[in-house]
Amino acid sequence: MKTRVKSHAQMPFRVGMLFVLPALLLFSIFILYPLATALSYSFFSWKGTLQGPFVGFDNYVTIFTRAPFDEALPNAFSHNLLLFAGAMIFQNSVGLGIAVALHKIGRLKRLFQTMFAMPYLVSPLVVGYLWSLLLSPLFGPVNATLKAVGLGDFAHPWLGDPNTAIWAIVFITAWQWIGFPMLLYGAALGGIPEEVTEAAEIDGASGSKRFRLITLPLLLPALGTVSILTFIGAMEAFPIPFAVGGSTGSPAGATDVMALLFYRTAFESGDVGSIGNSSALAMVLFLFIFVGAVALRIALARGERKLYG
Amino acid sequence: MKRRFNILMLPKHFLLWLYAFVSLAPLSIMILNSFRTTQQMAKDPLGLPEGLNMGSYQKAWVTASFETYFVNSLFVTISSVFLGTAVSLLAAYVFARSKRKVFVWLEGLFLSGLLLPVFLAILPIFYLFDALGLISNLGGLILVYAALSIPFSSFILAAFFRQLPIELEEAARIDGAGHFRTFFFVLLPLVRPAIATVVVFRFVPIWNDFFYPLMLMRDRASYTLPVGLTRFFGEYQTDWATLFAGLTIATIPLVILFLVASKQLVAGLTAGMSK
Repeated sequence: MKTRVKSHAQMPFRVGMLFVLPALLLFSIFILYPLATALSYSFFSWKGTLQGPFVGFDNYVTIFTRAPFDEALPNAFSHNLLLFAGAMIFQNSVGLGIAVALHKIGRLKRLFQTMFAMPYLVSPLVVGYLWSLLLSPLFGPVNATLKAVGLGDFAHPWLGDPNTAIWAIVFITAWQWIGFPMLLYGAALGGIPEEVTEAAEIDGASGSKRFRLITLPLLLPALGTVSILTFIGAMEAFPIPFAVGGSTGSPAGATDVMALLFYRTAFESGDVGSIGNSSALAMVLFLFIFVGAVALRIALARGERKLYG
Repeated sequence: MKRRFNILMLPKHFLLWLYAFVSLAPLSIMILNSFRTTQQMAKDPLGLPEGLNMGSYQKAWVTASFETYFVNSLFVTISSVFLGTAVSLLAAYVFARSKRKVFVWLEGLFLSGLLLPVFLAILPIFYLFDALGLISNLGGLILVYAALSIPFSSFILAAFFRQLPIELEEAARIDGAGHFRTFFFVLLPLVRPAIATVVVFRFVPIWNDFFYPLMLMRDRASYTLPVGLTRFFGEYQTDWATLFAGLTIATIPLVILFLVASKQLVAGLTAGMSK
């Protein structure tokens, strides 16, 4: 419940400003100024670190039409979309299933939650390196396990084969991320009043019907929030692909993602126009994430309105 | 509804334990293998350690400079969490207690930082650091992380300040305390639970962050653990035992944090949802 503030006399403007100032300074210098500057960088031509004349959208045209961007950009972008799709499928099947199974488990709930959330807390870079060792064709435990249980035919150089490398990264990302949706779904399930499900049970609704008609609609806000955060996370993916495939997305760009492409363009390309090109890349990705997140939020609000009238 | 144990619950328990295995096996292998030698792993990839062999830890800690990386990470994380929380506390108090347009607007501005991929604006920060001589300077990194903490921290703290009855401040005011004394001696002790959530919840991403130090910390002496790890993985490629030990060292502080503060962590995770 909000407490009403009675009058402005409670806090003089000067005192308020003094309290806000340190945060405002930090926020302006390290968030606002860089964002505005990156935007302006993207509209100028560059010779190394020398800013040339204003060129409008030239840098944007470059990153969509010229080599190597014309191939690298769609390639990297498609991998970001795969990461999003993979995480969504995994967390809304396995993750949701676990949250529902845990909901009324009683005593062991906390223990299970702790175990399932563990990977989410480990550094994504550590997770990436760890899995690159586990999946190693040399003496990686994954292939060793497959051989030990008689599935040796499935042993595979998962990360060396361009056809499987991106799927390995999709799996690693989803494996790490799932603890977060699981906890949020669990919290949302805990917020559904028991009377509602009981009333439905008395009215004769079957288990699956209760889930579909009561639990799922009430879970929708949590599902929406998680989807938006999953979207943002997938578009920003960086440490896991970096750990597994290095900054070039090896093998042969099979594990490249947008943030890696941006990193290479900004810091490793050696191209004279790299500041302009990488800034344009950053702005395109920025805009896409922002518009995508807002669109998801609006779609979600519509869905909720429809459901609750 | 009574919860009875019945036969139908068996598969449920089985599946939960199965996923617990999927979730924990990789991390367990990491820890177990950190106590084995590379030769043992090559001979038997799925074997167990034969004792608590700390040789790999010693090698990672001393020879591979993990001591430096670890101390840097700890220093940067603690300082930036402290600074970020302090400035957010001050701002959050104003957001909760003043209805002036400018503060409402500023709160919205800070909040927008929660959804925006602000890390994409790294290049201007790089040139700013370059101009100020802050490349490879841990103090610069601390300022960036403190700034990045403001959206989440001020959001959580402002929500908590709003729940405090304003009568407390009025009573303090009547007793003659000024704004600063009221804030430090009356309100701060009361928002401790929210501070705990913010501190624990910001510790994890800052400790784990890899993006900023990769670009801003260029000198080995200023590497944090994640950047140190990338260098380390190039140099010790075939020395698996040391690699596993290094990964474990980078993970231990988080496991400890999770064990002592899982309540605050879950609170922080679910707080994002009410937004």
